[in-house]
Amino acid sequence: MSEAQSALRGTWHKGLVTVAEAGLQGMITLRGQTGEAGFADAVKQATGLDLPDTRTIVAADKRAIAWMSPDEWLLMCPYEDAHDMVAGLRAALAGRHHLVENVSDARAMFTLDGDDATLREVLAKLAPVDLHPERFGPGEMRRTRFAQVPGAFWLTAPGAARVVCFRSVAQYMYDLLCVASSEGSAVGYFKP
Amino acid sequence: MLILECPCCGVRGEETEFHGGGEAHIKRSGPGSSDEAFHDYLFAKENPRGVHFERWRHVYGCGKWFHAARCTQTLEVFGTYSAQTTEPPQDIKDKISARRPGWTWREFA
Ligand SMILES: [Zn+2]
Repeated sequence: MSEAQSALRGTWHKGLVTVAEAGLQGMITLRGQTGEAGFADAVKQATGLDLPDTRTIVAADKRAIAWMSPDEWLLMCPYEDAHDMVAGLRAALAGRHHLVENVSDARAMFTLDGDDATLREVLAKLAPVDLHPERFGPGEMRRTRFAQVPGAFWLTAPGAARVVCFRSVAQYMYDLLCVASSEGSAVGYFKP
Repeated sequence: MLILECPCCGVRGEETEFHGGGEAHIKRSGPGSSDEAFHDYLFAKENPRGVHFERWRHVYGCGKWFHAARCTQTLEVFGTYSAQTTEPPQDIKDKISARRPGWTWREFA
């Protein structure tokens, strides 16, 4: 079998914050009906994770489930575990209305690290989201657009964010993040 | 700037995160209808200055469709509501009446 490669092979850049392509990341799309009795239990049985509330992400160990829409979630796990995770989910959800697909190779992920106020500013330059610390904090999942492409982001801790997008626009997203965090472009909007 | 709140996921987002889907509550005229009714269904759209009802999709967010009642003149949004309805809910109509007494739109008032 050929050797899997992430979209930008871990390219990184240090500007106002450090932007890095996160490398291979297991990602699984899960769709189903939250209201259906036993659905959440079946997901928990297969993944060990509780379904997150609307617009949130729950993480444990090396796994995470993010809310994507009222009937869709994004499950993250180590790249090499995705295949087995899909099989486990399909077995646990057999007989129910659901969709489970390994989308690891269809996505790209970026990490942003740096000063919290500066990092918020970098994101706010690209996405039409209120990033004031009182309005957006760690644990919240936000699907939105970054300039001209769809993307989603969340804060793993103050000063640390992750961004996911389609693999086909990975270079565009990386360039956007690098320009938004280029030296000399600080605005200081979220500085206390 | 137009600010909409998606009733499906609760995000209060700016217009560019959404995509307009045209006039709301259109009744389809298809096979068996008169030419005039079919013509009106396709082409005769409301274009008011003031109270208007539209379909919107949270295209960069949760992906769901919903309805919005807003003022085309001031960009005031009276409310957003489920896509799974054929007419504006009473609470939305009440909110519009409070802000624009005497409003009408197609058969609604
Ligand atoms: Zn939404």
